[in-house]
Amino acid sequence: MNRVVEHSEEAAAFLKDEKRAAWHDETLWFVRAKRDKAAHKVADWEELRETASQIKDHTLSNLDEYLIQFEKKAKENGIIVHWASDGNEHNQIVYDILTKNNVKHVVKSKSMLTEECQLNHFLHYKGMAVVDTDLGEYIVQLRHEQPSHIVLPAIHLKKEDVSKTFHEHLHTEKDNIDPTYLTRAARKVLREKFITADAAITGVNFAIAETGGFVICTNEGNADLGAHANKIHIACMGIEKIIPKAEHLGVFLRLLARSATGQPITTYSSHFHRPKEGQQMHIVLVDNGRTRQLGREEFRNSLKCIRCAACFNTCPVYRRSGGHSYHNSVAGPIGAILAPNLDMKANADLPFASTLCGSCTNVCPVKINIHEQLWSWRQILMKEGYGGFAKKSAMKTMAAVLSNSGLYRLSGKMGRRFMGWFPALINNKLNPWSKQRDMPAPPKQSFNEWYKNNRKNG
Amino acid sequence: MGSREKILQAIKQNKPAAVPLPQVPSFSRMTDDPLNTFVETLTSIGGHVVVNDFSQLKNFLVQQKKDGLQVINGVEELADYNIFAYKTYKAIDLESVDTVVIKGKIAVAENGSIWVTDSSISNRVLPFICERLIIVIDEANIVATMHEAYEKIKIDEEGYGVFIAGPSKTADIEQSLVIGAHGPLSLQVYIV
Amino acid sequence: MKVGLFIPCYVDQFYPQVAIATLQLLEKHGCEVHYPLHQTCCGQPMANAGFASFSAGCDKNFTNNFSGFDYIVSPSGSCVLHIKEHLHNNGKPEQATHVRHHIYELTEFLTDILKIENITASFPHRVGLHISCHGQRMLHLSSMSEKVEPSFSKAEQLLNGVKGLQLLKPKRVDECCGFGGTFCVTEEAVSVQMGKDRVTEHKANNVEYITGGDMSCLMHLEGILKRQKSAVKIVHIAEILNAQ
Ligand code: SF4
Repeated sequence: MNRVVEHSEEAAAFLKDEKRAAWHDETLWFVRAKRDKAAHKVADWEELRETASQIKDHTLSNLDEYLIQFEKKAKENGIIVHWASDGNEHNQIVYDILTKNNVKHVVKSKSMLTEECQLNHFLHYKGMAVVDTDLGEYIVQLRHEQPSHIVLPAIHLKKEDVSKTFHEHLHTEKDNIDPTYLTRAARKVLREKFITADAAITGVNFAIAETGGFVICTNEGNADLGAHANKIHIACMGIEKIIPKAEHLGVFLRLLARSATGQPITTYSSHFHRPKEGQQMHIVLVDNGRTRQLGREEFRNSLKCIRCAACFNTCPVYRRSGGHSYHNSVAGPIGAILAPNLDMKANADLPFASTLCGSCTNVCPVKINIHEQLWSWRQILMKEGYGGFAKKSAMKTMAAVLSNSGLYRLSGKMGRRFMGWFPALINNKLNPWSKQRDMPAPPKQSFNEWYKNNRKNG
Repeated sequence: MGSREKILQAIKQNKPAAVPLPQVPSFSRMTDDPLNTFVETLTSIGGHVVVNDFSQLKNFLVQQKKDGLQVINGVEELADYNIFAYKTYKAIDLESVDTVVIKGKIAVAENGSIWVTDSSISNRVLPFICERLIIVIDEANIVATMHEAYEKIKIDEEGYGVFIAGPSKTADIEQSLVIGAHGPLSLQVYIV
Repeated sequence: MKVGLFIPCYVDQFYPQVAIATLQLLEKHGCEVHYPLHQTCCGQPMANAGFASFSAGCDKNFTNNFSGFDYIVSPSGSCVLHIKEHLHNNGKPEQATHVRHHIYELTEFLTDILKIENITASFPHRVGLHISCHGQRMLHLSSMSEKVEPSFSKAEQLLNGVKGLQLLKPKRVDECCGFGGTFCVTEEAVSVQMGKDRVTEHKANNVEYITGGDMSCLMHLEGILKRQKSAVKIVHIAEILNAQ
């Protein structure tokens, strides 16, 4: 994937529609507030996070063993297990299963992994119809867009947009923007898809090594309807979704929905262990860069992510720039530390799309040190030369001046040149500070000068 | 080398030194009164709860049938216990089902969810394809937290089990909550 | 108690009154304060831009200037954090460690080291408190809205003792202002929007001043206020605590 537009440009474009941007910010802030309320109801919330974090740390340090254990148990359960090194292989595996079984129509519930692998694209290209059944994903699919949020895929859209899209594709009443009316319309169409499809693809929230089964969480019931109504169920998961034991589900399910939407739990937490009679159940275990990230000491922690999106909702930058500005299947702060692992060059801008305020780290239910990883990626990306020559030389000058007090005093005297470094950072002659902000008024003298004048024995 | 070996080898090479598995501590139960907390929580997420009034359910089902609505019942104590007749029905043949009544095994106070499994639902698609889901649960089986729930259940005892917490819902259109997404439009829980 | 005063570069250049207030405040409370004249900067601007590798010179200069004190105090949580986390000096590792372990943000120094309980200051105004992220979330100068923890705030503890001061909090008590170092120019649009949103919430409280512990955040908010021709002014917490 080659990026043409930087996050900052997309963000600026997003903010042009002030009302919509304010709505986006306010709405996601509200989700964050609901998360706070839910978390505060659990007195030992912080201990719960700590436990989850430690379980994940342990699992990552023993990941191969747990995958082997999971595979063995799953096979005993009658599940067919596949392994895929990358997105392409994953797509090919899914495609092969589908063609072998003469599948023409597929329903798919939410799976960030299949987004990451661009499965829909792949299958579409091969002439297979995949319908996304999560309402938000269905909406963006009809619009030929990408989800902009991993939990709330259509959060960038207003009900007017949805009404228009549904009117076009589902022939709903023009300008009827009632969410219940629109949801019911989609329900009707998708019901038909569920019962006439030949196969269902789902994601996986947790896979349990000890029992060889997996858990899927939804509110809409779409993963279950798809999986139960069809003869073939293919569940796709990143290898980091493994947890050791059933009892650990207690920890993670208590955290997941509270962190995501402030619900005490999702409506459905479905535990799959054996296919129903006459059904094929497949599971595809996917690497796609995860083992590489595991080897990056500073970033392996990112593999603990349970995709709750709490870090999106709290991120003041995400809320004001929208998911599409991150040009990656996973947006937000966690996306910004996962994406450079997949393609440093294309995603070199993302770790800079943050003020490093640290709120993401505080809400993260598995205690990923997100803001520290953003900082570390910055160092690596600049070292690898993805910052451009102008920025590097500006920084070099700055470093030289700041390490030499003589030079520093001199540059200060020349009209408080401090802010003069800014334009070089973005390769722009105009000082971006001043576009919408005034410069501070330069005082008569610096503190250094004042001190020399007023305190003799410095 | 196949992908399986490649992945396992890469993990071996890249994984950190062993980190011990923590004990799951005994967390606070959050309530001294699981029954009331359960009722409160489930109500707050869109469920409708009736305590100790089986006759209300009986009357409701009689009325449903009078109105010509298809009812599938998985609770022996009620009339027309017929759920196992539908075990192998395809989704397409269950489209017109209005009401499904099933037994829940464990209810969880902290989040209003109820554990149901293959053996109580007979056909996995039933609790999802119906318009109205009714779950009957024994008061003695209400636990405080998910930790307690997982102590009581064995998740792989049956091929499929699910915690159901309220009717299906979505907020994907402008974050406005709509009850009734793809699954049931309503959930009633009878505690007996 | 020998205290080295570290004044961040932009405070030295643009806000000398904040440095003066800090100096006077510390002296008022019995510290022997020195201001090493050859200090420059903590090196954070480079590091946050991804060039921590260029900061060796800065680090060296910092260690040379500050290793001889019992404590180093600065009116900026952000710069203090940077030193605490990233100051390294291969030539003088022990001195660098000493500096890292003895550097304090001003309010934290006042409450935790000097243990000041009654501040004698007067500032009869409606004041909005801006909580800066680095001080809060990383130095833990106050409790955080994301966490389930007992609530506390070192800044508030001090401000509550200031005569006549009416402290007002914005609706989102601890949302970032959008300064973020070089972020303020590399992501100009988002940065300004974040700042505007903070300002709007403070204005809704009819404040006369916005205060905080980090001048960089305040400089950003001031830039926005001035462009809006607003009557709301910014003032560093050191200036309030030093006001008679
Ligand atoms: S990084 Fe943490 S907060 Fe963000 S989505 Fe993953 S688990 Fe949730």
